[in-house]
Order: sequence, then C-alpha cells, then structure tokens
Amino acid sequence: MASIDTALVSIGALNELASQDTHIHRLDPRAKLITTVLFIVTVVSFDKYAVSALLPLVLYPVVLTALGDIPTGAIIRKVLIVSPFAVLIGIFNPFFDREVLMHIGGVPVTGGVISFASILLRFFLTVGVALLLIAVTGFEAVCQALERLKVPRAFVVQLLFLYRYLFVLLEEGLRIRRAYALRAGDTRGVAMRHYGSLSGQLLLRTLDRAQRIHQAMLCRGFDGRIRVARSLRAGPADVLFVLFWCLFFFLARRYNLPLLLGAFMEGIV
Amino acid sequence: MHMADALISPAVGGVMWAATAGLTVYCARKLKDRDDNGHVPLMGVLGAFIFAAQMINFTIPATGSSGHLGGGMILAILLGPHAAFLTMASVLTVQALFFGDGGLLALGCNIFNLGFWPCFLAYPFIYKPIAGANPTPRRIFLGASLAAIIGLQLGAFSVVLETLAAGISDLPFTTFVLLMQPIHLAIGIVEAFVTGAVVIFVWRARPEVLETASSGRKFGDFSLRPVIIGLAVVAIITGGILSWFASANPDGLEWAMFKTAGREELEAPGNAIHEGLARFQEQTAFLPDYGFKPPAETGGAAQAAEPEAAEPWPSISAGTSVSGIIGGVMVLILAGCIGFVLRQFSHGT
Repeated sequence: MASIDTALVSIGALNELASQDTHIHRLDPRAKLITTVLFIVTVVSFDKYAVSALLPLVLYPVVLTALGDIPTGAIIRKVLIVSPFAVLIGIFNPFFDREVLMHIGGVPVTGGVISFASILLRFFLTVGVALLLIAVTGFEAVCQALERLKVPRAFVVQLLFLYRYLFVLLEEGLRIRRAYALRAGDTRGVAMRHYGSLSGQLLLRTLDRAQRIHQAMLCRGFDGRIRVARSLRAGPADVLFVLFWCLFFFLARRYNLPLLLGAFMEGIV
Repeated sequence: MHMADALISPAVGGVMWAATAGLTVYCARKLKDRDDNGHVPLMGVLGAFIFAAQMINFTIPATGSSGHLGGGMILAILLGPHAAFLTMASVLTVQALFFGDGGLLALGCNIFNLGFWPCFLAYPFIYKPIAGANPTPRRIFLGASLAAIIGLQLGAFSVVLETLAAGISDLPFTTFVLLMQPIHLAIGIVEAFVTGAVVIFVWRARPEVLETASSGRKFGDFSLRPVIIGLAVVAIITGGILSWFASANPDGLEWAMFKTAGREELEAPGNAIHEGLARFQEQTAFLPDYGFKPPAETGGAAQAAEPEAAEPWPSISAGTSVSGIIGGVMVLILAGCIGFVLRQFSHGT
C-alpha cells in the first residue's frame, strides 16, 4: 500500500487529468464505462497462451491516452506499482509448464513463458484501462453512470461520500503520521504498540466528524437520498464510440489480427 | 491480496460479480429499511478512515517489515455486517479505480474475498459469540482478533480457488495453498493484533460506540439465511448459463453467442449476415497454416468447433509463430502511430 503522501498526490493527479476538456472527456460516462468493461471482458476471455492476438487491443488504451491527452508514463508507472501480485503468481508458470511450444531464433520457448507473458500483457491492459477510465471520466461522473445503470443507490451514495471525505481523512492521517514521525524519529513506520491508540484516535475523530456531518445534513433537509441536478444525455457520438469499439473488440477476439498482418507482409516480401 | 484481472477468466469474474452484486443489492435494501439515516455519513467517513488507516504503516517487531490494516473486521464491528459490506465494497472500488489494485472484473472477487467473509461469517459467527452481550476488553480483543485471522484465511483461500478455477496460472492447488495460507496467517495475526488494539481503544474511550453496534437494537437482527439462499440461486443460475455456454463451445466463453447464432443461421440458409461473414473469412484467411475454418458449410457449428478443439492454440507451428511475431510488432507500431497522430490532432483542435 502506498504511503499517504503518494496516495494524495496520485489521486489528485488523476483528478486533475479528469478535469480536462477533450473529445474523450466530453463523452457520456456510461459509454466509457460500458466500453471499458467490454474491453476487460474481451481481454480476459482470450486463451491463456494468447500473446500476439492480444496486441491489437492495445489500440483502445492508446486512443484513450492520445485523445484524452493523458501522459502515458504516469499511467504506466501507476500500473507498475501494483504489479507485484500478478507477477508473483504468474512467475510460477514457466516452472510448471515446461512444454516447448515454439522457437524464436532457435531459442526454445515453453508454454509457461508464453502464458506468463500473456499474464503480464493482460495485467497491463486491464489495470491500465481501469486507471484511464478515471483519468478521462472523473470519479463523480463514473458514480453518476453507475446510478443510471441501476447500481443500488445506497452503494453509489456510499462511493460519493467515501470519495468526498477521502481527502479530508487522508490529510488528517498524514498529519497524525507526521506528528508521530517528528516525535519518534523513525519515519519508516509506527511502532505496533502505538498503532492501536494512534489509529483509534483517528477513528474517534472520524466518528465525531460523521456526527457533525449528519447534523449539518439534517439541518439542510437530508432524507436519506442524494439528489443530483446534472443529467446525462447520450448523443450519437457516444453510441458511435461504443459501437466502434464493440466491433473492434469482436474482430480482435475473433481473428488473430497480427498473425494475418504478418502473413500478409510475408506474402508481399 | 488483491485478485487481478490478469489471473481470472470471464466465467470466474462473472460469477463473483453476480454474487457481489446480489450481496450489494441485499445490503442496500437492508439499509433502506432503517428509519434513521445517520449511517449514511458514518459509512462514508469510516470508509475514508479505513483508506487512510491502511496507509499508516506500522513496523512489525523483530522482523523489520511493516504491515497495514485490512479493516473489514473493524467496519463490521462498528457498523454491523450490511453497512460494513457496502463500505468495504466502496473502499475496494475506489482502490481499483484510482490505484489499479486488482481490476474492474476482479472487483467482484475482491469484494467477496475481503468483504463477505469478515462481514457475513467472521463477524456474526466468531466475533459476536465470543464478545457476547456483556463484553469485557479481553473478550472483545479475543473475538476481534480471531475473527480477523479467520476472515483473512477464508479470503486467501478464495483467491486460491478463484485462480485455479480460471486456469490462467499453472500453480498446482497444494503448492498454491501452501504458499497463500501461511503468508496470510502471518499477515492475519498481525492484523488481528492491530484490529483488537483499535477496537479496545475505541471501547475504552467511547464504549457507547461499540454498544450501539453490538446490541443489535439499532442495526437489526442478523440472519444468514437470505444471504445463503441468494448466493445459491446466483451460483446455480450463473453456473447453469456458463456451463451451457461452455458446452456449446469447447473454447470456454469464446463467443458462444457468435457460435450459437451461427448455428441458428445455418438452419435458415441464405442468411445475409452469415454469408457475409463467411465471405469475409474467406477473404481474410490468406494464411493456410492458420486455418480459419469457415463455419462448416456442410455440418453444424458444433462440428465446426471440434477441429479447433483438437488443435488448440498452443500447437503453434513455425509458420504461424513467425507471422505472429512480425504481425505483433507491426500492430504495436501501428497503434503507436495512431496514438501519435491522434495526440497531434487533439492538440491541434
């Protein structure tokens, strides 16, 4: 888990990217949410040894980053940070699947190596688009899309509340952590015997805050529902966006495009 | 211990999504029945608290490593199972979206692994009986830590089962279990200690917070039966649908929709879509090595699928792998060029 400072910075950075105004940002959040989910389902539906067949799908994140004006390096860095679990599990594949499936320039390549490469590629694609979804849509808009797609209201309200107070509590946690580090001298972590009272203290403040917020909300007539004034309207561009990518995902899933292209080039040469 | 999209199949992701969606609807409905809406800001702020608390690392004595809080158990103790489940789900959703922890398809798995077990099993069946109606610090500590350990063990075991069911990883069951369970036992013991410490601290400072939560007065009595029945229904329905898809086509969920559609169209010859697709296939299949068998002019779609099953993707011949590599590199270059052009275009406007 990232430290509080980096978490704040990275959430803030994604927020800033989401506040841009590009062609991609202007699309209906539902269109982007649906397309992203379809993309992920397409990626994971591939055979475990699929590597080259997966490559055309790179186009979707590429288009999102390009049209959405998203710095590619920042997204790649974020993906790398969370990669350890998938790498840790995938790295065993070369040890258990030793059957040689192909040769590249005389070097035998086993099924395990191919499936490991496939896992890494899948990981980059799926995590990358999840981050891109927020970077080109923004969290509130995603929540709005979720509500319109019939996700239970209680859960959407919970997401919005969590997000609203995330910054407040992260900053509060940061202050507590910093105060501790200044007094304890060691910045690596909180001693375990202090942790209970330290985070307990944060928890008590949190509970007090929840009570104040609730009272403030009641004063303003809160009745358990949050009403959103903005409305979503899907235009032809949104429909076109979804349809285009559906068609592309279908073609990429159905045909091994790189293989066809490679064979075509070989035929020409 | 976040499950990753890269390690699951659509079937596993879909089943876990269905289970999690069912639980979310169930919990949301339970919360709606409450006459008091004070839980709304409380859940939101506690979710943010868990987020912040997870990022305050603590050092584990004598090991030099550090750990962080999981939080599911604290939420269940403070909020009761339904609200805790939704809160945990929201925390995991934000983590998946902003940090890429896990992924969107694996989100169902993650919410189930880290939310269901602590909220619907460890809390009602371990914490509550041990803490009892008149809790003492020792009983609270014991209950909270034991529940945290068992909740995490079940979560880790679920990760193993989900990974194996997906079949992307080649790890054998026993190796994987022996890898995951002890690691998560160690993590769980540390987390248990911390969970116990936080709960005890709150109990000493503000006993009324825990009392409202544990009395069951405000948060309603808890029954597992609707949850289990709901999960069973979801499992049967999704299992049934998925196995039907799987049997229609040996290649898993490989667009069974397409295949079944193709079969239907065979019964009605002269269908324009089918002919068009077949023609398209003929035109695109210019590599004899990699046979795109046109969906069986004579036989049914099921027969057309059989040769594919007999010769699955792993049996790559030299010809296909070379064109695959050449084509792969070209596709990447092409995608990069498209990206570059689009970026120029979007800057220009």
